[in-house]
Amino acid sequence: MEAKRKRIPALQGGKSIKPGGIYWMRYMIPALLFYVVFMAYPMLDSIRLSLYEGTAGTREFVGFANYVRLFTDEVVSKRFWNAFGNNWIFFAYHMILQNALGIFFAAVLTNRTMKGRQFYQTLIFIPCTVAVLVTGYLFKMMMNPQWSKAPLESVGLGFLVHSPQGWLGDRATALSAVSLVSVWQWVGIPTMMFVAAFQSIDDDLLEAASIEGASPWQQFIRIRVPLIVPVIGMVAIMTFVANFNAFDAVFAMETLDGAPDYATDLIGTLFYRYGVAGQHPVGIPEPGLGSAISTTIFAMLLCGVVPVLIKTQGKE
Amino acid sequence: MTVRKETGERKTRSLRIMNMHIPYHIVMIIWSFISIFPLWFLFINTFKVKKEIYINFFGLPQKWTLENYQALVSNSDFFVYFRNSFLVVVVSLFMILLVGSLAAYALAHWRTKTSRGVYFFFVIGMMLPIKIATIRLLQIMKALNTLNTLFCLFPVYIAMGLPTAVFILTEFIHGLPGELYEAGYMDGAGRFKIWYRIVVPLIRPALATVAIYNLVPIWNDLWFPLIFITKESSKTVLLAVTRLQGQYSTDWPKVLTILALSALPVIVLYLCMSKSFIKGLTAGAVKG
Repeated sequence: MEAKRKRIPALQGGKSIKPGGIYWMRYMIPALLFYVVFMAYPMLDSIRLSLYEGTAGTREFVGFANYVRLFTDEVVSKRFWNAFGNNWIFFAYHMILQNALGIFFAAVLTNRTMKGRQFYQTLIFIPCTVAVLVTGYLFKMMMNPQWSKAPLESVGLGFLVHSPQGWLGDRATALSAVSLVSVWQWVGIPTMMFVAAFQSIDDDLLEAASIEGASPWQQFIRIRVPLIVPVIGMVAIMTFVANFNAFDAVFAMETLDGAPDYATDLIGTLFYRYGVAGQHPVGIPEPGLGSAISTTIFAMLLCGVVPVLIKTQGKE
Repeated sequence: MTVRKETGERKTRSLRIMNMHIPYHIVMIIWSFISIFPLWFLFINTFKVKKEIYINFFGLPQKWTLENYQALVSNSDFFVYFRNSFLVVVVSLFMILLVGSLAAYALAHWRTKTSRGVYFFFVIGMMLPIKIATIRLLQIMKALNTLNTLFCLFPVYIAMGLPTAVFILTEFIHGLPGELYEAGYMDGAGRFKIWYRIVVPLIRPALATVAIYNLVPIWNDLWFPLIFITKESSKTVLLAVTRLQGQYSTDWPKVLTILALSALPVIVLYLCMSKSFIKGLTAGAVKG
């Protein structure tokens, strides 16, 4: 019996050289417990919840009715598609502007012969350590014409005030203003990732290229950028995920309703209003509808993340 | 001969000017200014008296004052908020590191198909924001009767931090030389003893990375306190900021002082150890 047991690898105990899974479980159970109970299970169970209507006491199975409402109901779907569209604009700003700036700054900051690189890095990264709520309130105040009009006009920068309602109060510019503040805050993250990626490129490669007569621009486009494609893919994924996660920026600068007139409403604020707090006049949260929103995000994230992961990370 | 020497000199001089990278410096100085200007604006206005901000918005205070800070510090609630935030960060980080390093220790040594599956199960969590589980979490916390206490925040943050912890620590432990364990094993140490006597001290740099990676988002998190906590005595600093911002809505220097105080601990910590911060906050994206 004893001898037979020893041959099953999974059952090997701590005394053997290679203990099996049953032994190692005791080290993993605390982590698995937290992870499953407070992350994996609630995430997956939200999918089930999206098929029900009403709160805990009076819950009723309704099939896909929440999704039908979300996508086609006159009131709800209008809000949903509006937030959905806004989210893509918000994403575009980050994907294009933030990551392009990040690559550019990283290219500058990995210039061996340039002085003071560490200093610039430290400064650029500071906003990333401050809460979005704090920078949001700050920018809201700075962009408020009531405050900034007089001082800006006195130095001849009056055009920065935009209009009596300010950038954040104008339907046409509010979403761009919020997006740009967010880009300002987070540009340090892609920058530092690209810095690390550029630094990992073998110097011999660039030296060989420069001996062959490649200009710095050619080296950048033909050698450095192609070599960091996996990192670019990773940054793209993180940008994508972060955007459907965004909430604080709109909350701080434009209130929960995505003022003015829902122009800055994002999936995050919509989810909060429908699923957690309850839509304005009624004030009763709808967990089913909220879960339908979060499940939609979940599906979108998976659709966006998995292909990029396979395409950019698979080669290694 | 002389001509060649002259062109050579000209070349080194132009190279020297090129290596000064003047256009790059101009760009970086402008962006650095843009990066810190809002924070400069934040801190400078906390030293102004209430009325001065109306006439002098961006400039240095004409008369420096500490009364905004004094007013806030004498408000005893403020200590409660700070204590709560501090507790939330410390307890969550401690648990993430403890539980995460135990799991990583197991995953680094137990290498079968099943263990790869468990590892992947953890790591996929890095890509999925825990926010999408909010509604179900709210029900769970209600059922556990922890709403309005800090105990509804700890488990959420621990779960949120574990994927990166497992990812970073497993790779790190796996990279440690195997002789270390053999030596410990020969001396008769059990696996648990090897974990806390040999592994934990050796993976300190990785533990620091994990801690920093989680510290900033936990301190700066608004979402979960906003949803889970309404009781004053359990509020975190950031949640309190949303309320005090309304309470002092006409006293702008005071509002800014609250914002400044909530941001100050992390900024100071960052300035003291910016290199580890940058490494920590960008970890998890670089494979391996």
